[in-house]
Amino acid sequence: MAQRAIREYDGKAIFSKHWEEYFSGFHYEFKSVLVTSGAKLKEKSKEHGFEWLTQEPLVVKPDMLFGKRGKNNLVLFKINKPGDVTLDDAAAWIDEKNSHVTTLLSGQQGQLTHFIIEPFTPHTQDQEYYISATTVGEDDVLYMSAEGGMEVEEGWEEKVREVHIPINMDDAEMEQSIKASIPHDIPKSNQASFTSFAIQFFKFYRDMNFAYLEINPIVMLANNNMAILDLVARLDDTAGFMMKDAWGDIEYPTAFGMEDQSPEEKAIAEADAKSGASLKLTILNPMGRIWTMVAGGGASVVYADTIADLAGDVSELANYGEYSGGPTTGETKFYADTLFDLMTRHKDPKDRDKILIIGGAIANFTDVAKTFTGIIQAFEEYADKLKEHNTRIYVRRGGPNYKKGLKDIKEAADRLGLNIEVYGPETHVTDIVRMALKK
Amino acid sequence: MGALFTKDTQAIFWNNNKSAIQRMLDYDYTIARNKPSVAAIVAPTSSNKFEKFFYGSDEIMIPIFRSTTEAVEAFKNADVLLNFGSFRTAYDVTMEAIGLKGQFKTIMVTAEGIPERLARKMNQAARDAGVTVIGPATVGGIVPGAFKIANIGGTIENIIKSKLHRAGSCGLVTRSGGLFNELCNIIALNADGIAEGVAIGGDRFVGSVFIDNLLRMEDNPAVKYMILLGEVGGTEEYKVIEAVKSGKIKKPIIAWCIGTIAKHFSSGVQFGHAGASANADAETAAAKNKAMMEAGIYVPDSFNDLPAKIHEVYTKLKSDGIIQEIMDTKVQEIPKLRRAKQFICTISDDRGEEATYAGYPISSVATPDTGFGIGDVISLLWFKKRYPKWATEYIETVIKTVADHGPAVSGAHNAKVTARAGKDVISSLVTGLLTIGPRFGGAIDDAARYFKYASDNNMNPAEFIAYMKKQGKPISGIGHRIKSVRNPDLRVSGLKKFAAENFPATPLLDFALEVEKLTTSKKDNLILNVDGTIGILMVDMWRALGYEEDEIDGFIDAGALNAFFVVGRSIGFIGHVLDEKRLGMPMYRHPMDDILYNVEKAQDIE
Repeated sequence: MAQRAIREYDGKAIFSKHWEEYFSGFHYEFKSVLVTSGAKLKEKSKEHGFEWLTQEPLVVKPDMLFGKRGKNNLVLFKINKPGDVTLDDAAAWIDEKNSHVTTLLSGQQGQLTHFIIEPFTPHTQDQEYYISATTVGEDDVLYMSAEGGMEVEEGWEEKVREVHIPINMDDAEMEQSIKASIPHDIPKSNQASFTSFAIQFFKFYRDMNFAYLEINPIVMLANNNMAILDLVARLDDTAGFMMKDAWGDIEYPTAFGMEDQSPEEKAIAEADAKSGASLKLTILNPMGRIWTMVAGGGASVVYADTIADLAGDVSELANYGEYSGGPTTGETKFYADTLFDLMTRHKDPKDRDKILIIGGAIANFTDVAKTFTGIIQAFEEYADKLKEHNTRIYVRRGGPNYKKGLKDIKEAADRLGLNIEVYGPETHVTDIVRMALKK
Repeated sequence: MGALFTKDTQAIFWNNNKSAIQRMLDYDYTIARNKPSVAAIVAPTSSNKFEKFFYGSDEIMIPIFRSTTEAVEAFKNADVLLNFGSFRTAYDVTMEAIGLKGQFKTIMVTAEGIPERLARKMNQAARDAGVTVIGPATVGGIVPGAFKIANIGGTIENIIKSKLHRAGSCGLVTRSGGLFNELCNIIALNADGIAEGVAIGGDRFVGSVFIDNLLRMEDNPAVKYMILLGEVGGTEEYKVIEAVKSGKIKKPIIAWCIGTIAKHFSSGVQFGHAGASANADAETAAAKNKAMMEAGIYVPDSFNDLPAKIHEVYTKLKSDGIIQEIMDTKVQEIPKLRRAKQFICTISDDRGEEATYAGYPISSVATPDTGFGIGDVISLLWFKKRYPKWATEYIETVIKTVADHGPAVSGAHNAKVTARAGKDVISSLVTGLLTIGPRFGGAIDDAARYFKYASDNNMNPAEFIAYMKKQGKPISGIGHRIKSVRNPDLRVSGLKKFAAENFPATPLLDFALEVEKLTTSKKDNLILNVDGTIGILMVDMWRALGYEEDEIDGFIDAGALNAFFVVGRSIGFIGHVLDEKRLGMPMYRHPMDDILYNVEKAQDIE
C-alpha cells in the first residue's frame, strides 16, 4: 500500500506519546476517548483518569476518516448553547447517530460506528491557527496559517504560507526556512512560540513517518497550552516495521462509505501479509459477469482497462486483483478457490455465461506450471459449480515453464468438462478479453 | 552519454540469489560474453567463500564477500550494484554503495515497500553522487547483447523469442516489471526488438524516472525510437511531454498509460502499484494519454491496439531508412543437461598434454636448470603463487631445519616401534605423523597464531605476556629444555640470520624478540625456540608478500604451518624407519620394570 489514513484519535495518541520529546515547553492534555456506542462511553467515564467525561462539557464527532464534519452537522458541541453537552447528551447523540445510515454532503453513504469524545475547549477565533505537512513531488511541504478552522479552507491562496523542505536539507537550514516563512499576521506575542511549535511539528511529522499530518485548528491557549481540535493524518505504512513502538497499536480503517472488506477479501489480505508473494483481491461487483484471475500488478491493470473498454459497462467486471512474486501452489489454489467460490454464488441476472479470465503477461521468474497446478486443483473442486454458471474460461500466459502450465490446465479442464481456451505469448496479452466478449 | 551497460559491464550482486545469478550467467553464455556479468556476491551472513554456477556446461566460482566494501576492493571495475536486499535492508545497502565514491555508476534496487522517506533520501543521495538508481520495486533493465539484470526477460527461451539476445532499435521504459517482458515480446513480434530497456519500478519514489531514461536513450545512437509505458498516478509523463515540446527529445516516442479503469471507481481501489493512484485529474491515465497525444507522441486508442501502433511506427522508420535491417546474431545454446561437479580443483590440472602445477607444466619446474626448487613447488601447489627467491629459500630452510630431531622424540619413537613390529614404511611413517599435534610439533601453529594475535591487537610485549597468563597458557614458541640465552639454539640463530639478510622486514620477529627479552629476564631458558621462530617468520614472510591479514589467518587456521613440519619431519621419520629395517631390529616390547602397575579390583555397581 503505502500511505494510509488513520483515525483522529490514533493520531492524537501518537502526539501524546511523544509530546515531551518534541514539544516540551508546550502543554497538551490527551483528553480523548474513542467509542462505538453510548453505553461504551458511559463505561469509560467510570474508569480512573476519565473523570473529566462527567465533569467537563463535551464535544462529540464521528472519527471515521472523513472531513467537513462541521458542515455535515456531525459535531455535537451544544444542546442549547456551546459548551453545555453532558455525558448523557453525548451518549444519546452517539446512539442516535449510529442507529441509521448517514449520507454526507459529498454523497458518501454509510453507518457511523466510531466516535471521538473530548472536552469542550472555550477559545476565541484569533487563538486558532492552521498547520500541516505532506510530501509534494520530491519535497516535504509545511503549510502554516494564522487562521484556522473553516476560515483557512476558504481563501487558501491568500491565507497560507508554505515552506518547501527538500529531503536532504539539514536541520539548521530547515529551521531557518520555517522561521522566514511564519505568517506575518500571527500576533507578535505568539510569533516566537508558534515558530518553535512549527519547527517541532515538522520534525515530529518527519521522524514519525507521517505521509500527511494536519491540525486544523491548533489552538494556542494561555501559558503555552495547546489544544488539537481537529486532526487528519496518514502514515507511510511501509515504515511500519521500524515504527512499531513509536506508533503503538494502529488500525487502518476503511474509508467511510466504502463497504468494509468482505471476509474473502480479508482472507486474501491475510494470506498476502504472511506470504513473500503478492496476493490482492478487491470485489468491485459481486454480481458481475466477468471475473479475473490475473498474475502481475501491471497486467492486472491492463486486463481491467481492456474489460472496461470492451465490455461497454464497467459493472460487468466483478473483481480486481492480482497474484505475483512466485506464489506457492498452495497459495495459488487458495486464491483460486476464493475466486471460484465468489463467482459461483449468484446467477447472472440476464442468464448469460460467466467469463473467467486467467490472464498474465510473460513472467520473469514465477513458475507458470507450478502456479497453474494450484488453479487446476481449484478446478477439481469447483468444476460442477463453474459448469452450472456456464463459465467460459480464457487463459493467456507466458514465462518459465509456461508450455507445461498451459498443457496441464487445458488437459485438466477438458477432463473436467470445462469450457476453456488456452493461449501463450504469441497471442497479445489482453486479446483473450476481446475473444471472450465477442461471443 | 551512451548505453546504460556494455558487454564488459560487471556487477556485484548483493544477496546470494542463486537462481537470478544463474539466469544472468546463462544469458552471458548465450550471448558469448568474455567475462561473467556477476563479478562477486555480497552475503553478510554466509560462511562460504564462493558459490558455484554453471557457465554453459562448465562451472565457475563466484567469490562471496561479507560486505560491498570488501567486494569492490577485489573488483574495482564492477560499476553496477544489484541490490537484492529486503525492504528492511535495501536502504542501508544502497547508502553504503553510494558512499563508495566513484565505484558504482548504477545501483538497481529490487525491494518493494522501502519506507518512503528512506527511498527519497536514497534517491537524492544517488542523484547528488551522480549514480543512476533503477528501482526500488523493479526487475531492473537490460541492454540486449551486453548485460542483463537478474531475472528481467525471464527464461532464455523467452529472451531469444523476444529478441533480447541482440540489440534492436527501440528504447523501452516501463513502470511495471511484468509488462516489461510483455512489451519486449510485443516489440519483437511487431518490430525488431529493443536496444535498451528499463523498468523504473512500481513504488511511489523511484530513483531514475521516465525522463532520465528517455534522455539517455535520446543520446544513445543505437536507439532509434522509444516506447514508454506509463501508469495512472504521478506526473512524470508530463516531464516527457515537456522534453518533447522543447525539442530535447527528437526521436519518436510511442506511449501509453495503463490504468484507464481507475476513472470508473471513485476511490479506495488501488489499481496496480503503490505509485499508481491519481490524486488529481492530470494524474489520470486518460488525461496523460490525451496530453501525450497532443504533444505529438504516438498514442494508441487502447492497450490492445498498442502492437498495431508499434508496427506502424517501426515500418515507417524503416521505410524512411532510419532503421536498418538488424542482423540476427548467433547464440550459444545452453546444454539441456548440466551436472554440478562434486569436486573442485584449483591447483593442478592433468587434462592437457602435460600435467601442470598451478599452470606450470611439471617439466618446467622439475629439473635444476629450471631454477625451481622444492620451495617453488610448494608455493605453487600450496599457495597458487610463485614466490620470490627469498621466500622459497625460507620455505626450504624450514623444511631442512625440521627434518629430524633424533630418535627420542615421540613421533620418531612411534615410527621406530611400528617399524620394529614388522610394519611397512607407510604404516610406520603414518604412525609417526599421527603423533604430531598440540604437544609435538604443533607449537609452530600456536606461536604464529598468538604472536600474530598480539600484533593484530597492538599489544606491547608486557601486555602480551599478561594476556597469555590470563588465558592460562604457556607462550607457544617460547622456552627450551636445554638451550638458553647463554647456550643459544643454533638452528634459531641460522633462521634469524637468514631472515635478517633476506626478508624485506620482520616486524613480528622483532616483536617476539622483545617478548623474549622479558621472558628470559625471568628465566634463562625462556628463549624464542625453533618452532616459534619458524611460525613467526612465516607470518612475516606472508605479510611481506602482500597477503591480507585474514588470508594469513586462513592459512594458519587451515594448518599450513603444521604442514611445513609434516613435510620436513617425514624425511626424518622415513630415515628412522629405513634405519630400523636396515638394522633388522626385533619386535620391541617395553620392559615391565619401567611401568608402575597400580591396578585395583573394579568396583561393582548395583
